[in-house]
Amino acid sequence: MNSFKFSRKVLGIPYAVFLLVFVAAPLAVLLYFAFTNGQGQFTAENLTGFFTDPNTLGTLFYSFGIAVVTTAVCLLLAYPAAYILASGRWKAKSVLIMLFIIPMWINFSLRITALKEILTWLEGNLAYHPFLNTVIGMTYDFLPFMILPIYTAISRLDGALLEAARDLGAGEAQAFLKVTLPLSVPGIISGVSMVFLPAMTNYVVLDMLYNSTYIMGSLIGSYFAAYNWHGGSMIALILLAIICLFTLFTSGMEEENVRGGTLL
Amino acid sequence: MDKRTNIIELKHITKTYEDGFSAVEDFNLEVKQGEFITFLGPSGCGKTTTLRMIAGFDIPTEGEILLNGKPITDLPPNKRPINTVFQRYALFPHMNIYENIAFGLKQRKMPRAVIEKKVKKVLELVDLEGFENRRTDTLSGGQQQRVAIARAVVNEPQILLLDEPLGALDLKMRKEMQLELKEMHRELGITFIYVTHDQEEALTMSDKIVVMSEGKMQQIGTPEDIYNEPVNAFVADFIGESNIFNGIMTGKLRARFCGGEFACVDDVEEGTHITAVARPEDVALTSPERGTIRGIVTSVIFKGMHYEITIESGKNEIVAQSVHSAAVGERVGIRVEPDNIHIMLAEDHTNIFKAEINKNYGLEYNGRILNARLTDMIKGSREDENGTLLDANGLEIDRQKIRVMVSIQPQDIRMTDEIEQGLVQGYISNLIYKGDHYSYVIHTDLEQDFVVDDEYLWNMEDQVGLLMPEEKMTFTVRR
Repeated sequence: MNSFKFSRKVLGIPYAVFLLVFVAAPLAVLLYFAFTNGQGQFTAENLTGFFTDPNTLGTLFYSFGIAVVTTAVCLLLAYPAAYILASGRWKAKSVLIMLFIIPMWINFSLRITALKEILTWLEGNLAYHPFLNTVIGMTYDFLPFMILPIYTAISRLDGALLEAARDLGAGEAQAFLKVTLPLSVPGIISGVSMVFLPAMTNYVVLDMLYNSTYIMGSLIGSYFAAYNWHGGSMIALILLAIICLFTLFTSGMEEENVRGGTLL
Repeated sequence: MDKRTNIIELKHITKTYEDGFSAVEDFNLEVKQGEFITFLGPSGCGKTTTLRMIAGFDIPTEGEILLNGKPITDLPPNKRPINTVFQRYALFPHMNIYENIAFGLKQRKMPRAVIEKKVKKVLELVDLEGFENRRTDTLSGGQQQRVAIARAVVNEPQILLLDEPLGALDLKMRKEMQLELKEMHRELGITFIYVTHDQEEALTMSDKIVVMSEGKMQQIGTPEDIYNEPVNAFVADFIGESNIFNGIMTGKLRARFCGGEFACVDDVEEGTHITAVARPEDVALTSPERGTIRGIVTSVIFKGMHYEITIESGKNEIVAQSVHSAAVGERVGIRVEPDNIHIMLAEDHTNIFKAEINKNYGLEYNGRILNARLTDMIKGSREDENGTLLDANGLEIDRQKIRVMVSIQPQDIRMTDEIEQGLVQGYISNLIYKGDHYSYVIHTDLEQDFVVDDEYLWNMEDQVGLLMPEEKMTFTVRR
């Protein structure tokens, strides 16, 4: 038995097996269930069903709305925080870092439970403001994922560029708008993708805040809970398609920005 | 006298950082309209800090900066008619070449047509026609450098600051750019203030050179002045290669150094300790009997245009440049023409430091107890039974009001590798070869610099302990 040769290709085998078992196979199963019915016949009615049912479509738009608003709020809070942290003008910046980091040390469900108590105390009944509560909960949960990439982008900025802008006649505000902001766009993009996608699907926050509304994640969960694997698989597949499109779009923008930063 | 007006004046500029480190100390400078002036010095000498204060990125802790006679000390950089070419270019990576160059003009809200015309013109000046839409990262180092220059000069500044602009380029490119910059300076007529640590660059390009070291101006003058008439050993050593010797004046226009008596042209009083400088190209080799001093050739290195010949004469080492080769081991005579010997007054390198007085009226330095006692130093003084110090008349001496200064000569200190053995520890921050010994500056952990003469070569940054025999110390009591 000397036909076996240890080459670099051999090293790839474990990874290939891993991909096959944990990515390709589940995807195939997902595809199979999405395009079959209870009798195992091929059908596209799960797909057409999703786009004709006002309930599922409504959930899609609602999820989208929550994700957009959550991402926007996170960005608005995170950018100034990251800027202050990175520019180091504020002496007590370690305090600010701790304020964002310490909650991360506490268990997620405990944090949301605490938030729930505070919101109940403020609003009386959580059911009055389901959208607002979801956005607050998700912002609280996802904010660090927005701050970190922006912080990294700003702190990696070459200080000489800002000095060059000032030297060429730009005031502080102009230097920020023309140099800091465009050059931190890659950080903004990765922050947005780290917040937007989970915000579409993370229904744990909703559930824990006793929220009766549905987002995409909870919708899939409910289909599977009712043993409708075919419908559930199709929704998961649609979500996957949306995520793929989004990723393609943002990575395209990032590339554009590396070359020219025409976004801003 | 130069009739041109001063465009910028620096008056008693000092920059001290929060940690107490002074980057620049009492710096005074007047720059004339249209001059090409260079700040030259080793890294950390304060040249870049000075430039940054002129640009407005740093504010001096003391002193005043005047532009055309008006104070601009606290003016932010965007309000100064001064532009900078940065060390690593600092081109905006998210803009193309056109946008980079137009940045300053856009800030001044110039009409689009004017901007386009100016950018086109300046691109011609730096030989980059047609590069408008290129990305900065597609350009070579030299091209990026030209864009950086174009971006600054397009604003027609009154002063152009250049912070080691050629440092990142290779040698050939650097030589080319030196000539181009000089040409550009003539064409534009703008005042250039240039920072470099490359003495050759400074000598080639400048109208005037400011040599700096440790935050202080050492010398200011034309390249010829600086090269031919250095004011101290630091300048002589930093500008070009030099043979530097300690010596003494033995008569009118006669000096003895390096084991021989040389005629010179600098009139210094007889008996004065001096430092003599002779450039290698001015050291002439002759037959042993015709030389002022004699020596043995120890090494010959071919340098293309000339040979670099090292001669050992007694305890001294002399470097000569000659178009003729010599054989190692050959006995030769050495002559230096009187006007090629540059005589400077010897700097007094006596080390002076303050000793602490401990509670037994003993003396301490760096936590180590010295044998000398205060009662031995103040005549007739004694310690009474209560531990109070009394003078010869029996009156109490307040310990708080006296200081004991210790002085020791550089040649009396020895360096040791066993640093804990030393009275004080530090690292070698500077060394100059003085013919028969090296003169070291040791920066100690107590932030004091000691000058030490040693015949052996130690390396820069070496950690050493300083051994100071107490019998060589002189104690002075000050009240």
